[in-house]
Amino acid sequence: MIKFENVSKTYPDGFQAVKSLNFEIKDGEFLVFIGPSGCGKTTTMKMINRLVSHTGGTLSVDGKDIKKQDPVKLRRTMGYVIQQAGLFPHYTIEQNIALMPELKGWDEKKKKDRVIEMLNLVGLDPELFAKRYPKELSGGQQQRVGVARALAADPDIVLMDEPFGALDPITREQLQDELLRLQRDLKKTIVFVTHDMDEALKLGDRIAVMKDGELLQLDTPDMLLREPSHGFVEEFIGKNRLYQNPEYIPVTDLMRKDPSTSLPDRSPGKAITFMRQRKTDTLLITDTQGILLGIVSAYDVLANIDTVATIGEIIKPVTHMLKPTDTAQDALLNVVEAKNGILPVVDEQGKLVGIVTRGTLLTMFANHWAGGEV
Amino acid sequence: MENISLWEQFIRQFNLRGPELIGATGVHIKLVLISMLIAIVIGVPAGILVARVKGLRTPIIGVASILQTIPGLALLGFMIPIFGIGTITAVAALFLYSLLPVIRNTFTGIKDVDPAIIEAAKGMGLTSRQILFRVQLPLALSVIMAGIRTATVINVGTATLAAFIGAGGLGDFIFLGITRNIDALILLGAIPAAILALVFDYLLGLVERWTTPRGLK
Repeated sequence: MIKFENVSKTYPDGFQAVKSLNFEIKDGEFLVFIGPSGCGKTTTMKMINRLVSHTGGTLSVDGKDIKKQDPVKLRRTMGYVIQQAGLFPHYTIEQNIALMPELKGWDEKKKKDRVIEMLNLVGLDPELFAKRYPKELSGGQQQRVGVARALAADPDIVLMDEPFGALDPITREQLQDELLRLQRDLKKTIVFVTHDMDEALKLGDRIAVMKDGELLQLDTPDMLLREPSHGFVEEFIGKNRLYQNPEYIPVTDLMRKDPSTSLPDRSPGKAITFMRQRKTDTLLITDTQGILLGIVSAYDVLANIDTVATIGEIIKPVTHMLKPTDTAQDALLNVVEAKNGILPVVDEQGKLVGIVTRGTLLTMFANHWAGGEV
Repeated sequence: MENISLWEQFIRQFNLRGPELIGATGVHIKLVLISMLIAIVIGVPAGILVARVKGLRTPIIGVASILQTIPGLALLGFMIPIFGIGTITAVAALFLYSLLPVIRNTFTGIKDVDPAIIEAAKGMGLTSRQILFRVQLPLALSVIMAGIRTATVINVGTATLAAFIGAGGLGDFIFLGITRNIDALILLGAIPAAILALVFDYLLGLVERWTTPRGLK
């Protein structure tokens, strides 16, 4: 665990780069620092491995004050990845990756095995790449090696300073996906600096938004989008961001809570009248407890109006449903396939709590693009 | 004697002083090598020091630059009261004269290493000594070699002046040729000196290429 207690950084000329930070980074957490340039995000990250030494407060890693540790030893317990990869141009890929193991005095065999393992981990064929020099690799490949090098000595903490900033969008996406996979497999604590909000939202377990050396908000991507604590945070995230990321809109925010329901013992005639009143062409059938049983469409009712006594006899099962924890993204993906374009929202007990239709989805986005509030 | 061509004169002088020429070339090479060796032994560490301690930059580079501006002959003159006449004075003057290119290229070579590489090295926990020996010097080596090459070529030319203070070398012939007004004798010193400079330039060029790290070629 990395703990900041009133940590600040004031330069000799009086410039306060970072003002009194108080927060913790949990073990295995993926924390992203974001903010405009000069906001202190990189400074904050570099204080963790003492590339920048803080001037106030206490910064501790696993309960130990880093000021009381030898900076070189401290850095060797952490991986470090920078934007241009910073590979040693006169070392082969193999030598670059083996650097930290070598500094730690691993034997040759263990080093070699580790290099192969690391290259495989970052998706580079050891046969092909081990003996090459950095110059012979593309930017994306170099950064893969940069990540492999940082992980080679198996540090618990990895610091990453805009590692994908210089890559083209497609390579960046790929590397982001792979980093997420690595993080899930290896459970490293990752501290990641970026100025790209999409990257932050995609990668971070939590995101720390900084401005002028202050931490404005430290929250999960979800909370950050939905409840920005600060005008600046909202502005920085971008007002449209939420709607470009439907995976962050909970389905409970957009569902209609008064779907047209009926008990299964209603007669077809009454059902048709009811549907006309509600101006709907489908009825969700529930029992007296509100448990969803199925769906009945006006078409089926009219076709069978003379042959059945109750609509319970022509119930169709619901093929696509949503849980209250689902998001607008799930709704969008399912609505295409759902019969009649209707997605009932059903809680754990099977109780109907609401409904999402093509109409409600369209209304939500239309209202938003028209400038209204949902 | 006025009637024969310069070329015939040259051949005659060559036949007359052949063995002497070989000896003088040997002395010349010795002057250059010894002074360069000292310049490297002192200049490279000085360059490293300048690159690492900011405060030393102005004084060290400044002094080396001033030394460089003193005309070669004058520098030899300055040295006589200190070391007297002969080889030691010549070597000392040539050494001082070669110092600047070596110091400056060492400094530049180290400073020009991509800061991102240094930052990565530091961030991964390399000590400043490890950064110097594993990163900065290997990457600066070819630039340092280029400085040594420049200094050596200049040194070969300047070393002809050593004859004026009795240190010998190819300058002896030039000196003699001037005082006796024999053009061929001047050429007998000047041409081997020029060839020597070209040979050094070529050989050190090879070394320079050889010291360029493989990953940078």
